[in-house]
Amino acid sequence: MTVAAAKDRSQDRQKEMIARHFSRLARSEETGEKNVYTFVPGNLTELLLAFDLLPVLPEINALQAGMRKISGDQVTKAEKLGHSEDVCAYVKASIGALHSGNLGPTGERLPKPDLLLLSYTGCFTFLKWFELYREETGAPVTMLHVPYQADGCYTKEMVQYVVKQLKEVVIPDLERVSGRKYDEDKLREHLKLSAAAEDDLVRVLESAKHRPSPIDGYFGAVYYVGPIFSSFRGTSDAVLYYRELWEEVRERMARGEGPMTPDGPMGPERFRLVVEGPPNWTHFREFWRMFHSEGAVVVASTYSKVGGTYDFGFRHDPDRPLESLAEYCLGCYTNLDLPSRVKMLSGYVRDYGADGFLINSIKSCDSFSAGQLVIMRAVEKETGVPGGFFESDLVDPRYFSAANIKNRIESYLQMLDQRRSGAGRREGALS
Amino acid sequence: MEAPLTSAPSSPRGKIVAQAEELYRDLSFGAVRRWKAAEPGRKALGYLPVYAPLELIRAAGMLPVGIVGGGDMEVVRGDACYQSYICRIPRSTIELGLNGALDCLDGMLFPSTCDVIRNLSGMWRMMFEGRYVRYLDLPQNFDPAVGGVFFAHELRALAKDLESLGGRPVTDAALREAIAVYNENRAAIRELYDVRAREPWRVPASELYLVMRAGNVLPAEEHTELVRAYLAAARAEDRRLQDTARVVIRGCFCEQPPVDLLRTLERSGCSVVDDDWLLALRWFDADVPTEGDPLDQLVRAFLSRSPACPSLYLRQGKKGDALLERVRETAAEGVVFAAPSFCDPALLEQPMLLNAVKAQKVPCTAFQFAENTGQFQVIREQAGAFADSIRLA
Ligand code: SF4
Ligand code: SF4
Repeated sequence: MTVAAAKDRSQDRQKEMIARHFSRLARSEETGEKNVYTFVPGNLTELLLAFDLLPVLPEINALQAGMRKISGDQVTKAEKLGHSEDVCAYVKASIGALHSGNLGPTGERLPKPDLLLLSYTGCFTFLKWFELYREETGAPVTMLHVPYQADGCYTKEMVQYVVKQLKEVVIPDLERVSGRKYDEDKLREHLKLSAAAEDDLVRVLESAKHRPSPIDGYFGAVYYVGPIFSSFRGTSDAVLYYRELWEEVRERMARGEGPMTPDGPMGPERFRLVVEGPPNWTHFREFWRMFHSEGAVVVASTYSKVGGTYDFGFRHDPDRPLESLAEYCLGCYTNLDLPSRVKMLSGYVRDYGADGFLINSIKSCDSFSAGQLVIMRAVEKETGVPGGFFESDLVDPRYFSAANIKNRIESYLQMLDQRRSGAGRREGALS
Repeated sequence: MEAPLTSAPSSPRGKIVAQAEELYRDLSFGAVRRWKAAEPGRKALGYLPVYAPLELIRAAGMLPVGIVGGGDMEVVRGDACYQSYICRIPRSTIELGLNGALDCLDGMLFPSTCDVIRNLSGMWRMMFEGRYVRYLDLPQNFDPAVGGVFFAHELRALAKDLESLGGRPVTDAALREAIAVYNENRAAIRELYDVRAREPWRVPASELYLVMRAGNVLPAEEHTELVRAYLAAARAEDRRLQDTARVVIRGCFCEQPPVDLLRTLERSGCSVVDDDWLLALRWFDADVPTEGDPLDQLVRAFLSRSPACPSLYLRQGKKGDALLERVRETAAEGVVFAAPSFCDPALLEQPMLLNAVKAQKVPCTAFQFAENTGQFQVIREQAGAFADSIRLA
């Protein structure tokens, strides 16, 4: 089988899954299927599926709007409605979308929310976002407060608190919206499927430890994490998707191939990088090209952990259904304290044999960005590897300065190169 | 129209305000240092906006110290920690930490106000190794059996920490005493706010702010005395009613407006009749009961009597209800939205509040500030036009 064919298999499956999901959503008002809007970090997809509810993730719709270059107009629309220039552009893109027919990524109309599941995990903006959505749509909100891991760990009281909310608030609300009783066995079945997919996702992400890396752990990984971070975790489709993906990646690895990029197979791997922070979506391909055209592959990223830190061993556990959902929420990347984030990044630099690490600081996102300069210095100290820093935004095209970012990336890579040859010379002198 | 905004320095009121202003300007926290020096072994705990369990800190024998940034101080190293699009309060707070001003504190408490303060807790841990740092998660579930149980556990864990930090064990008796002292303090503050709402010309915003601000560094009973003394002096002075626009100000619950901004507002013809600054000092709008389990009472008070603050999830009613209620209670004629630049909680909340206010045809205006804003010309013009539009309506 050719590489392109292998690539297509999982990609096609993902495309087909997405198309099916959004057409179900588009038809849901006729079919009577109910939906729940929620967030990626701390999403409770298996629980929603156990009630046959359809998840809608406004973050994903916003980022898709960014990729399709329509988010700029949405953001402007929200600003005209009185939203500040300085707040998260995801929120503004999604408010703008609500005021422009509420179309999803496939161009089909999204249904009005039946319930807003405010899984308040790792981001303060979520709270305001769904308060705003409640005002805009009149839909009810279910709040799930997930405490922050301020001490680098979660306690049993935190887990109990989340479980109690699931039992006493979230599940009763889901019962009301869906008109079904909570069926724990059904939830267990979905959780079992989640764990299987998670195993394969981790294999895929960790394949980047191999040289050359068969994947890009940032730009490529945003496609890989798509199903598991969104509406498909806990489905057999997701299990099949990750199985296929892993097989493809394994084949690439066996053939000694690097990642596939939108511009074709990547050339020889010259730099291995770790990246912190979400990508920019409005210029995604252009942004990726700045890396792969220089032979730079991202071997690990924190963004690919916002919807779960599976590479640190967490798996959804059918034997402890609600506890495991609670632990999942607690463990999402943006719910971790800064020292843990430093540890994670430093670990990535070491374990993935990275030459450098870059921070893409996102104007929209205090949760990620506040403190990143201090994180950078701490990771540099911890690993001895110099970091690079640049700024952009998620879906607000006004904050992507291509020339500036390209410049920064190029000079950073040059610096790594010089460092490498300097080290080579020093080693040579010693021998 | 210019309203007299400052009291004569030699008047009783002028002396109180001068004392409060001195505390405000003292960025080395002399009052805290003096309090600690008065008795060996005394401890102080800093807290950031918006809420801290002051009663519990006091019951541990410690002085709660409100840290609300550095005003217009020069910030260099703090700036090196942040991108341009982050508000100013964490920068100046770091500067205060690095320049030694906060050495008088035995620890810092970071409540779950927003992601900037949340992340600052981790930065503090990394930048000030060995110092006590605690993040305080405030419950967003307001059911006593759910969020209440969680919050009680958080508070108990904090009490234990404070004890091992060298504070006293937090006994029920100590906690009851602390609740009573803070009830007194809040009652005095309520009276101050009531008088101001009725007769704002007697209590200019800048003076009220300074008198309140003293509560960040003084022990509660001393602050109560100061508030009462100010009230007595304000009542005794013969100040005449001004023809100004009565406004409620919102958005200042974390980063603080410069006092000169408040003076500018008043000079432009706006009399502030309600505000949302320094909320931690007046978090509860009624006494916390002293009978029963005191920690439980604090938890219950938090669940049921917390103000409508953007950091807390609004579970009932509509956004803006609480604001409109205050507008009615204080007979305000307009609302001024003054949010710190780059403050997500305030700026995300603002469209909802604006809609609510506009739906009731309450005039409003909005601008942004930073704690170190030094130029007020634009605000002066905007506020002046706003006040005129109300007065001439
Ligand atoms: S602030 Fe950050 S984490 Fe929160 S919604 Fe915006 S981009 Fe996502
Ligand atoms: S001013 Fe606003 S954004 Fe800044 S720390 Fe305070 S609440 Fe957070």
